[in-house]
Amino acid sequence: MFDFSTITTAIDQFLRDIMPSQAALLVECVLVALCAVLAYVMFAIVMIFMERKVCAAFQCRLGPMRVGPWGLLQVFADVFKMLIKEIISINNSDKVLYNLAPYLVVMSSVLTFCCLPFGEGLLVLDFNIGIFFIMAASSFGVLGILLAGWSSNNKFSMIGAVRSGAQMISYELSIGICLLTIVVMSGTMQISELVEAQRDGWFIFKGHLPAVIAFIIYLIAGNAETNRAPFDLPEAESELTAGFHTEYSGMHFGFFYVAEFMNLFIVAGIASTLFLGGWMPLHISGFDSFNTIMDYIPGVIWFLGKTFFVIWVLMWIRWTFPRLRIDQVVSLEWKYLVPIGLLNLLIMTLCVVMGWIF
Amino acid sequence: MEMSTNLLIFSGLALLMAAAAIAAVTTSRIMRAVTYLLFVLFGTAGLYFMLHYTFLGAVQIIVYAGGIVVLFIFAALLIGKGIIDVTHTSKLRYLAGVLASMSGLAIALYLIVNTTFITDKFTTDGVPMTVVGSALMGTAKHNYVLTFEVLSILLLACMVGAIMIARKK
Repeated sequence: MFDFSTITTAIDQFLRDIMPSQAALLVECVLVALCAVLAYVMFAIVMIFMERKVCAAFQCRLGPMRVGPWGLLQVFADVFKMLIKEIISINNSDKVLYNLAPYLVVMSSVLTFCCLPFGEGLLVLDFNIGIFFIMAASSFGVLGILLAGWSSNNKFSMIGAVRSGAQMISYELSIGICLLTIVVMSGTMQISELVEAQRDGWFIFKGHLPAVIAFIIYLIAGNAETNRAPFDLPEAESELTAGFHTEYSGMHFGFFYVAEFMNLFIVAGIASTLFLGGWMPLHISGFDSFNTIMDYIPGVIWFLGKTFFVIWVLMWIRWTFPRLRIDQVVSLEWKYLVPIGLLNLLIMTLCVVMGWIF
Repeated sequence: MEMSTNLLIFSGLALLMAAAAIAAVTTSRIMRAVTYLLFVLFGTAGLYFMLHYTFLGAVQIIVYAGGIVVLFIFAALLIGKGIIDVTHTSKLRYLAGVLASMSGLAIALYLIVNTTFITDKFTTDGVPMTVVGSALMGTAKHNYVLTFEVLSILLLACMVGAIMIARKK
C-alpha cells in the first residue's frame, strides 16, 4: 500500500529546510486547513449532485440535464447563485447569534470531517481518543441549530430547532453506543489503529452478529442525526416551511445546506471506517495472493468507494420511506434502538470475553 | 522555539476566554450569555488539548459544550422571554456580586502564586486511553471506582426525580 505520510514528511522536511521550524509549523497549519476546507467543499458539491441524480433515478426522472453535459455544472451554477445572493437581516432578532449560528454548525462539521481516514497517513486529526473526539466535535453542532432557530424570531424556525435538538440529542446516544460496541471489540479508540486492526478482515466480518446489528443501528441513528428523511421533520417543508433555516438566505443558508450534506458524508465515512475497514482493502486472512491483488487498488479509492456506497444506501432510504411523526421518532429511539443497542453492547462484550470474534 | 509557539497559543486562548467570560457576565440577554459561556468552555478545552490531555479536552467539549450549554439553552427557551430580566437588579445584589467575584479572584491568585508547579512530571505524549480507563474503574490507590459508582447513583436519583416530576398524574 502507498503510504501517504511519505509525501507529508517530504513537504515538512522541505519547509523546515527553507524556514525556521516555527514558521514551518504555521505554514503547515495553514496548508492543512486549506486542504481540509477545500476537500470539504468539493465533497459537498459532489454530494449535492449525487443527491439530485439519485433522487431523480428513484422518481424515474433524469434530474438536472441542462447545465453542462448530464447537468454536471448545475451545482456550480447553484453555488455561484448562492454566493451572490443578499444576506437578509431579520427585524427584532438577535443579530449576533443569528450570524454566529451557521458558523457553529460548519465548525462542528469540519472538525469531525478532519478525523476521517482517507488513506494511509492521510488524516488530519489522529488523537489517541479519536472516536471520542468525533463524538465530542459532532455534539456541539446542535447548538448552532438551536441558536439559529431561536434568533430567527420566527415560530416555525423555533419549532424546527427544538424538534431538531430533541432528535439529535436522542439519537446521539445510539450512535455513541454503536461506536462503543466497536471500541469494545477493537480495544482502541485511535482512528489509525482502528483501521490497522482491520488488516486481516473488516470489523463487520470479524464481529459477525453484534457488529452487523451495530452497523444497522448506526445507519438508522446516523440518518436521524443528519435530519434527513424519514427523520426530516425538523425541516418538514409542508408544515414548518423549512424549519430552523427558514429565515436564512445567501451563504448563511448555504452553510447549513453544505453542513447537512457533509454530515451525511461524515456519517457514511465513520460507518465505512468502523465497520467496512476505512481505507483498508478487502483482505481475507490466508488468501495471500488475493490480498496482494486487492492491495493494488489505492486506499483512497477504497475509502471513497465504501463511503459513497453507504451514502447511496442512505439516499435510497431517504427517497423511499415517508416521514415519521415526532412521537414515532422519539419512541423509535428510546423504546427500540437504545435497548437493542445496549443489549448488543453486552453481546459484543460477551463475544470478546469468550473469544468468539475472529 | 517550542516555548514561544506554546506561549502564543496560550495567550490567544487566554484572551479569548477572558473576553468571553467578561462578555458573558456583562450582557443583559440570557441567550448571548450562554453563547459567550460556550466560548469560555471551548477555550478551556483548547488548553487541555495544548497540554496533550486529549481525553479531558474531549470530555470538556462533549459534557460542557454539547451537554450543559444545550441544557442551558433548552432551559432558557422553555422559561421564555418575559421571566428572564436581569436589568432591574438592586444595589445590594451588585455589591454581593462584586464581593463574591473579588473573593474568587483573590483565592485563585493566592493559589496560583503559592503553588509550586511540578513541571518535570509533564509529558507531551499524552495519557493513553487504557491508563485513563483503568484509573477510572480501578480499585487501587488513587483510582476512582468509588467516585464513579457514587456519581452513577446520583445520576440515577436525578433520572428518577425527573420522571417523577414529568409523569402524568
